[in-house]
Amino acid sequence: MREIIIMILATIGVLFIFSTSLAMLRKPDVYLRISVTAKASTLGVGLILFATALFFNEYSVTTRAIAVILFVFLTVPLGSHMLARSAYFTKTPIWKGTEIDDLQGQYDPDTHILHSKKHNSSIKPEKSDKPS
Amino acid sequence: MSLQEYFHFIIIPLLGISVILVFIRFVKGPSLADRVIALDMLILISICIIAVYSITFNQSTFLDIAMLFALIAFLSTTAYAFYLEKRERK
Repeated sequence: MREIIIMILATIGVLFIFSTSLAMLRKPDVYLRISVTAKASTLGVGLILFATALFFNEYSVTTRAIAVILFVFLTVPLGSHMLARSAYFTKTPIWKGTEIDDLQGQYDPDTHILHSKKHNSSIKPEKSDKPS
Repeated sequence: MSLQEYFHFIIIPLLGISVILVFIRFVKGPSLADRVIALDMLILISICIIAVYSITFNQSTFLDIAMLFALIAFLSTTAYAFYLEKRERK
């Protein structure tokens, strides 16, 4: 019975990892790839490590697996957000099918501080294309 | 089919195919951010391969390496993002 549960968990995790890697190849844009990686791969790694913890059924292995799962869940969204931010600053081209770019003109080009017209801050961006 | 055979003949090949797919993106990637995210993904898949290997050969010692890999993945991604942004600012 436990073996079947381990098999099911590992299969779902591997399918998530496989679909993520397929999307890495087929998505047209950096930002879409970063988004896909951050969402699906954390679930895949979490499920496979959970299957490992179920298989060994010891305290030492379970603590290690939970530590890795927590670490991955905390750090992968953080790292991918930092990477997407720096990719936006280096002006990586956006996919031509993108309809709305909400960040356009909202970042100060020199200091890289987020600026919005609604919040009435002292930093003014160089050009703001949004009429608002 | 036992658990070891199932992991050995179905799970490991799927992980291998996904490593190949991500590596194609790593070689092809038009921008530097593509390559960094592909590297991050490769390290995450290697964590999964280590976990599956420790199940098939019944050795739980390798999970320490998985923890180390998770650390390295976070460190490399944030460092690359930080210096990418810094390089653009100058």
